[in-house]
Amino acid sequence: MNNSIAKEKIVSLRKKRSLEDMRFKYYGFTAMCLSLAVLVFLLYTIFSKGYTAFQKTIVLLEVDYNQEVLKLTPDSSDEDMEKGKFFRVKKQALENFFPDLSKSDIKLVKKLFSINVDKEIKDYFLDNPEVINTKQQIWVTAHSDVDQLLKGNSRRDVPEDRRKLNDIQLSYVDQLVEENRVKQVFNNFFFTKADSRHPEIAGVAGSFMGSLFTLFTVFILSFPIAIGASVYLEEFAPKNRITELIEVNISNLAAVPSIVFGLLGLGVLLNVFGLPRSTPLVGGSVLALMTLPTIIIACRASLKAVPPSIKEGALAVGATKTQAVFHHVVPLALPGTLTGTIIGLAQALGETAPLIMIGMIAFIPNIPTGLTEPSAALPVQIYLWVESAERGFQEKSAAAIMVILIFLFMMNAIAVFLRNRFERKW
Amino acid sequence: MFFWSLVLIAVGIFSSFIYGRSRIKLNSKKQGTKSKSLPNYYAQYVLMWCLFPALIVYFSWAIFQEQIIQNIVISNFEYIEGAVYNEGLLLAEIRNVANNPSFADGKSIEIINAASHYSSLKQISQISFYTSIIIMMLLGALYASQKLKPEFHVQHTIERYIQYILIFCSSVAIFTTIGIVFSLIFESLRFFAEVSISEFLFSTEWYPFIPIREGQTAAEGSFGAVPIFAGTFLVMVVAMCVAAPLGLLTAIYLAEYASQRVRKIVKPLLEILAGIPTIVYGFFAFVSVAPFVKAFGQSIGIDASPTSALAAGMVMGVMIIPFISSLSDDVINSVPQSLREASLGIGANKAETIKKVILPAALPGIVGAFLLAISRAIGETMIVVVAAGTAPNLTGNPFENVTTVTVQIVVALIGDQEFDNPRTLSAFALGLVLFVITLFLNIIALQIVKRYRERYE
Repeated sequence: MNNSIAKEKIVSLRKKRSLEDMRFKYYGFTAMCLSLAVLVFLLYTIFSKGYTAFQKTIVLLEVDYNQEVLKLTPDSSDEDMEKGKFFRVKKQALENFFPDLSKSDIKLVKKLFSINVDKEIKDYFLDNPEVINTKQQIWVTAHSDVDQLLKGNSRRDVPEDRRKLNDIQLSYVDQLVEENRVKQVFNNFFFTKADSRHPEIAGVAGSFMGSLFTLFTVFILSFPIAIGASVYLEEFAPKNRITELIEVNISNLAAVPSIVFGLLGLGVLLNVFGLPRSTPLVGGSVLALMTLPTIIIACRASLKAVPPSIKEGALAVGATKTQAVFHHVVPLALPGTLTGTIIGLAQALGETAPLIMIGMIAFIPNIPTGLTEPSAALPVQIYLWVESAERGFQEKSAAAIMVILIFLFMMNAIAVFLRNRFERKW
Repeated sequence: MFFWSLVLIAVGIFSSFIYGRSRIKLNSKKQGTKSKSLPNYYAQYVLMWCLFPALIVYFSWAIFQEQIIQNIVISNFEYIEGAVYNEGLLLAEIRNVANNPSFADGKSIEIINAASHYSSLKQISQISFYTSIIIMMLLGALYASQKLKPEFHVQHTIERYIQYILIFCSSVAIFTTIGIVFSLIFESLRFFAEVSISEFLFSTEWYPFIPIREGQTAAEGSFGAVPIFAGTFLVMVVAMCVAAPLGLLTAIYLAEYASQRVRKIVKPLLEILAGIPTIVYGFFAFVSVAPFVKAFGQSIGIDASPTSALAAGMVMGVMIIPFISSLSDDVINSVPQSLREASLGIGANKAETIKKVILPAALPGIVGAFLLAISRAIGETMIVVVAAGTAPNLTGNPFENVTTVTVQIVVALIGDQEFDNPRTLSAFALGLVLFVITLFLNIIALQIVKRYRERYE
């Protein structure tokens, strides 16, 4: 009797315990799934907000390249052509955009077009000078407000005073859609232009080049220094307090917040050394100092992985220690050090705060061509666009994030490829 | 200018190498003896003696040229009696005019004079830069070639030089630390000369608005950083509330329950989460999480602001999940197998083994991981800049707008930086606090983890 009660107790306890076990496992599983779900949701958000930025809206505009309006003749020289009165042609084209427009209507029509239209009208003419005295139907870029409306990013059902486009402009846009005078095409501006105050002609080319120059500086500075430091610490350094100090220093430096490196750049590189502000040279130097510990740690690991027998073999046939290290150990560790460097560069690519500190946040509307020219960088560009109140910049920031993520993905893929291709198992 | 000088240096070292090689061959032929080292070592010797003086010139010019020229221009500037000048603006104007003659229209005569003075100094500097590089390279090569005798053991010398270079490389980390500490302390001292330390650390009013121009009527700024520290703490707590359970449970599942295949898939995915730039998380917080938090707050009757500690903290928590999970995973894996087997052997099931044996054994390591994560959360910038706001509210309500140390650093340094007002300098004082706290957390965490490792090795 007692026995069976005890048995029952044990059975129920065991059930409870195994239930507990199941539950605990389930908690862990849920936590893991939740973390991954956030990753998926994050990527989904970026993609769903950003893919529209790869398209732009263009409008069909009839332009009359009348020689009197342009103040040109068919045999004007190229220089004169440059000086043609294209703004008058544009004005005329807008006046005739819809039949019977009043003066106030023309103002409204004008706001449907990008500020870049003047240049597009001019460029079309300069490319085809024979069109003088003819009417041409050309596709020109629409204003960001129209673009956002047609992409469905801004809503029409809000009260008129909270909309960018008023009711008359909406009716114009609807008319254009009906008459097929508006369409969406691939947004080449996004990849060929630098930042702009106008979302429809803002692109990532400038900040992309800025990031490339910055990464180039980081690589040039950090790779040799990291190899030198790790070779010294791994192969030559005597076991004493100074070496220990250096090692502790490196591991602590790896955990210093990136913004503090920005303060270092501002306080020392800009204010003491007077290097040029907002340039990839300074940005790259700061990021190089920041990623140095990461790269050194990776380089040391790959140096450590080279078996000592190789060095000993070299020493045995009469090489000096320097020769043994630089002729045998370093070349064998090189793929590993390169992998570590690329991963460090990937970290540097996404870093924003230090670059803001050294002024790479300035508005730079042209594409930089050198290390000492003011430029933006991709992550800072994203920050600027996220902070911008203009609706049209939101999709741009998401699209720029896609660009930076693809860039990061490619760098990591190269690192993995290098590792798999060249790494030797001893 | 600096590009062409690099080309010049490259040409110089290349020819010095060739020269050194042929010279030692000639010398040993003349003396009829074999040289003690291979000819390439002698060539390297000449090369180094050619390169280093040139680099010294190069870097000293790069660093000091602009400063010296500016000082000369400013000290020779013909000040007009009675007019007030701002040195920084004046210099910028002079530089603009000098670089771009079209800006000269409408500028006063003394500025145009100073600009032409500036450009002539620049020209002189450039000419002397190239000549001194060439002279230094020639002198170096000349000195080295004097020593190119076959009986000279050049290899030893070269190896010693290489050692010096390597030591220099490894001390860059130390220089960086020294640079950080000195720049933070130096600028902070200037800040504390105007604002007392006790006000900064204990006062609760943060109004860093200083009258910029004289005569401007604005309230005296006050720099009590307590609301900022409180905001940082609040965001950090929210982040840890998200990251600690999720990260730890994920680590436990991966280490103890998951099959090899799941581990192989999930670990790289978590690494992706860790590799995403923080500005991307900022965007995510701003676009998705903050509106959600606002709507949620309204639905339960709390007036949530569009940027809040909760939104920023939650996303920051997601950011440090992989950090906690990978560190804890390592820690749990390094608990000896024998402890597990003993526990399972006396009849405990897996959950009991984990809760009663593995976690207590791994506790120090997990605490270390949490401390590292906290230090990451405190130093994180972009998420809070985008999603937490800038208003210094002293509040415990996570639905409200708060500000953090990193946000205030960014806010103080964005835009015009005048290093003579406490608003700009406050960034360095805040940076110093941030640096000290994160360093402290790291040292403790690393100590704990190290001691923990030693226990099981």
